[in-house]
Amino acid sequence: MSEVVISARSVSKRFGSGTHAVHALDDVSVDIFQNEFFTMLGPSGCGKTTLLRLIGGFEQATAGEIALEGQVLNDLPPFKRPINTVFQSYALFPHLTVRQNITFGLEMQNISRPDAAKRADEMLELVRLSQFGDRQPSQLSGGQQQRIALARALAPAPKVLLLDEPLSALDLKLRKEMQIELKRLQTETGITFVFVTHDQEEALAMSDRIAVMKAGKILQIGTPRDIYETPTHRFVADFIGDSNFLQGDIKQNGSHAVLTLPGGQNVSLANVDTGTRLSQTATIGIRPERLMLHPAGTSDSALRGKIADVVYFGTDTTYHIAIDDQTALLARVQNRDGSTMAYAKGNDVDISLPAGAIRVLVD
Amino acid sequence: MKIDRANPLWRFHGITPMAIFFFAYLYLPIIVLLVLSFNENRLATIWTGFSTKWYSVVLGNDDMLRSAKNSLIIALSSTIIATIAATLAAMGMARGRFRGEGGVAAMLTLPLLVPEIVTAIATLLFFIVIGVKLGLLSIIIAHTVFCIPFAYLPIRARLDGMDPALIEAANDLYANEWQAFKRITFPLLWPGILSGAMLSFIISLDDFVISYFVGGAGSTTLPIYIFGMIRIGITPEVNAISALMLIISIVFVSISFLIDRVRY
Ligand SMILES: Nc1ncnc2c1ncn2[C@@H]1O[C@H](COP(=O)(O)OP(=O)(O)OP(=O)(O)O)[C@@H](O)[C@H]1O
Ligand SMILES: [Mg+2]
Repeated sequence: MSEVVISARSVSKRFGSGTHAVHALDDVSVDIFQNEFFTMLGPSGCGKTTLLRLIGGFEQATAGEIALEGQVLNDLPPFKRPINTVFQSYALFPHLTVRQNITFGLEMQNISRPDAAKRADEMLELVRLSQFGDRQPSQLSGGQQQRIALARALAPAPKVLLLDEPLSALDLKLRKEMQIELKRLQTETGITFVFVTHDQEEALAMSDRIAVMKAGKILQIGTPRDIYETPTHRFVADFIGDSNFLQGDIKQNGSHAVLTLPGGQNVSLANVDTGTRLSQTATIGIRPERLMLHPAGTSDSALRGKIADVVYFGTDTTYHIAIDDQTALLARVQNRDGSTMAYAKGNDVDISLPAGAIRVLVD
Repeated sequence: MKIDRANPLWRFHGITPMAIFFFAYLYLPIIVLLVLSFNENRLATIWTGFSTKWYSVVLGNDDMLRSAKNSLIIALSSTIIATIAATLAAMGMARGRFRGEGGVAAMLTLPLLVPEIVTAIATLLFFIVIGVKLGLLSIIIAHTVFCIPFAYLPIRARLDGMDPALIEAANDLYANEWQAFKRITFPLLWPGILSGAMLSFIISLDDFVISYFVGGAGSTTLPIYIFGMIRIGITPEVNAISALMLIISIVFVSISFLIDRVRY
């Protein structure tokens, strides 16, 4: 998993011109590796589809280049790129049977009929729809159409498979099934998948690496664990999972830095990488499950707060804690038998923030 | 069509008699014509008995057959040219948004609204100015022009109903532009194309005004021939020809309608 398959270099894409211009992508660079499940994650309109379409050849970059295994693709039309796409609408050819849909790409590559037929059988088997070869696409359920779209795109054994929110039209149960199915197909075929979604759970569950996008830029690229545990931007921490944000001034306090909250309390940033943010206003982030609660007065270096609300979720309990007028925290504590220290609404509480869990974020 | 009894329209008094009157007004004359075409009597309006002899008279009439042949040549040629032009226009219009798209679309369908007599005079003038000899060719050119919008509309409707991702999917699966057209666009479009062609054919076959103006010696079409016969009087022969034309029209329009309903 080290060889670069797709490489985007300073790619920008502008739609329209003058005052109506939309900068769908703004100086995006990314390397996608061999045999990886790569996900582009971001809110609606951030440019995910645009980046995918540039890789597929359906749009032309305004600036920058996109290369496949080192060969610059910019001027190649889609039909000359060994890259296939699973379209959001599936785009199965309605006048062809399932089998004809699957062999279409093979025929266009002048693969002989018997070989194409054999390959179609393999693909139907791969997506577990062997009995459905002679049906018309309109005679299939949404989930089955989805699988056929996958089979059709995988049949020519592309170097890269592009998938634009392929699961968004499916209901929740089918969606979960297809997530597993997709992951299985990717592992079995060894083809690089570039997957687009705005569903963070889906991205975390399926991906080898995730690129989090916002407004035409990639903010962070990393494994699901990297993205979740060491987010670089406030946006990333906020978009993926729940997060607490504390805003204040970073100052040197003796041997280590501290973040001074508006209410005057200090958060110790000992052993936290503050980068160049010393003596600046900054935001730190910490996940609710990483906060540790102690009875008031039992921990010196901790923040002091008051429990504003308690919500019981079965497996865990969420505490809403007021620190000062402008600062509130969310703490999630697992309900383990015996070990739970219950706090009631209105109690004072000490909260410690483990250094390893604190991230100084770019706003 | 399904009539919905819950449709509030039915609650208006007088809707049913109105509808009956409307359909009677529309179809009664045609039914009378059909019946009288089987009248044995030389005088078209006096019924004396059933006979199909006028049909054999018609089919043995050389002048009539010649004009029918002219009509056929004109309708076929203008249909083919108009349909090809309309297909290209529809594909061009559907493909890209461009400046003045609305204007071009309006201009494509405008001939449907211009009074035919105006088109006829304008075309005649134009042909005289540029020196085109009036005859079959001039009629074919004129018919092609007014057939284009009739062919264009059903083709465009088909294209608009087509997922644009289908063509991208074909390109994605290694089909170049031509292969994508041949394997995907055309098979999905042909009902629209055929439907448009059928309509063009009928419109051309039925046309009187423009053919009358831009035609010349030897280019008499069937409607012009019938018009000439009527001047002498309405005979059962005229009824028989008209009935034949009616049947051809109904067949073509029905086929066009049925084809246009083909869905995948
Ligand atoms: N053909 C186009 N013409 C003009 N603007 C476009 C075009 N395609 C995309 N855009 C704009 O570019 C931006 C990025 O669009 P894109 O489709 O890549 O977003 P996305 O991340 O895929 O969003 P979604 O999750 O809603 O699919 C949007 O502001 C969009 O309006
Ligand atoms: Mg999108």
